[in-house]
Amino acid sequence: MSKRLSPDAQHRISLVLNGRAAHGRAEPRMLLSDFLRHVLGATGTHVGCEHGVCGACTVRVDGLAVRSCLMLAVQAEGRCVDTVEGLAGEDGTLGALQLAFRHHHALQCGFCTAGILMSLADWLTRTPKPDERALREMLSGHLCRCTGYTGIVRAALAAAAEISGRKTAEEAPHV
Amino acid sequence: MKPPPFAYLRPETPEEALAALASEADSALLLAGGQSLMAMLNMRLAQPSLLIDIGSLGALSYVRISGGALAVGAASTQSALEHRSGLVGEAPLLAQALPHLGHYQTRNRGTVCGSIAHADPSGELPLCLVALKGEVALRSVRERRIVQAEQFFLGALSTTRRPDEMIEEARFPLRRKGEGHAFRELSMRQGDFAICAVAASATADGLRLAVGGVADRPVARDWPLLEGGTLDDALSDFAWDLEARDDMHASARYRRMLVRKLGRAALEEAMSCRNG
Repeated sequence: MSKRLSPDAQHRISLVLNGRAAHGRAEPRMLLSDFLRHVLGATGTHVGCEHGVCGACTVRVDGLAVRSCLMLAVQAEGRCVDTVEGLAGEDGTLGALQLAFRHHHALQCGFCTAGILMSLADWLTRTPKPDERALREMLSGHLCRCTGYTGIVRAALAAAAEISGRKTAEEAPHV
Repeated sequence: MKPPPFAYLRPETPEEALAALASEADSALLLAGGQSLMAMLNMRLAQPSLLIDIGSLGALSYVRISGGALAVGAASTQSALEHRSGLVGEAPLLAQALPHLGHYQTRNRGTVCGSIAHADPSGELPLCLVALKGEVALRSVRERRIVQAEQFFLGALSTTRRPDEMIEEARFPLRRKGEGHAFRELSMRQGDFAICAVAASATADGLRLAVGGVADRPVARDWPLLEGGTLDDALSDFAWDLEARDDMHASARYRRMLVRKLGRAALEEAMSCRNG
């Protein structure tokens, strides 16, 4: 039989965060978004609506872009979670997506940016040569209240070209 | 906007999940992808004593062809179905409808059966299941039973599923030779709830249209082959019979207009691709 986790106790949760083992304790009701921010200190993931609409809290779980506000911390046990903190290199060198966002002015206040970057990090691996329509459909899962979508679309298309170009040259891209 | 306290169980088998559900059926809930239930927990519209997480049960994670239908297990995501190679030939209606279901990010986690169990009146998957005359396979510790889609949905967020039952799989009939299908939806933004969605089917001797987002559940109607003004009249009668209501998103009159326009467009497309 599996262990039933009681509502009012803190349970140990072990996961791989941005390629490194991490662990913390949480009640069953704690959202993954709050666990990342308040327990593991990974505050790059932002929290907006907390019902899955705004997309600010999007992270990758086992590679797939998902809402961390619609997932419990206990459900992340044993999983690989990637957040915006993992996009840059160890020395702080920005990844291709981040560089494209900076170059094309794809962020204003930046609140929605981490979620959009994490969606793109997943989506572009499955859609290496996106057209703008498909990209905009994917971006419908994110709300940018600065209304900066033009720059976001431009940056994403440029990053896709950059990443797929590099893929043929170097074979293993770091998105 | 934080969930209320609850106990959490991640069973290792469907049988363990069902036993836990049976022992606390009045206050336990099944959690699969959580793309509806987690939002309801965050808003405290649901306050279970126990969440039984079936989302990572390997035995329930499958999409396979069985008995002339595409059978989708309780733990399979909408994304897994959407990206199934061959879906366009097997179930063209699903291939057309799935991109309208929530967003890319929610389809990555949301399950097909969870969406059917949630029974939102504007849900695309309940609509497709009714349009295709699909089935829901229910299982409890006591028994297994099959319910036809049109008998399954009772109203908004209400189904014939008993509290101790789990949807084990949903069965979408495969496209048969000579059948055409088409899907149309209008929502305020890509991924929003449908103000009106229609799923049409056409064969050599009949038409079928299912409508979501208008009545309190998906509703279907069958006709012999109609065209021109006769088809318009039939669609108008259907639109009135759905008893649309005004709400903050659209008026009843607008929804009736959408049933006529989207219905006509979808039926014509379905007729035109019967031999493809």
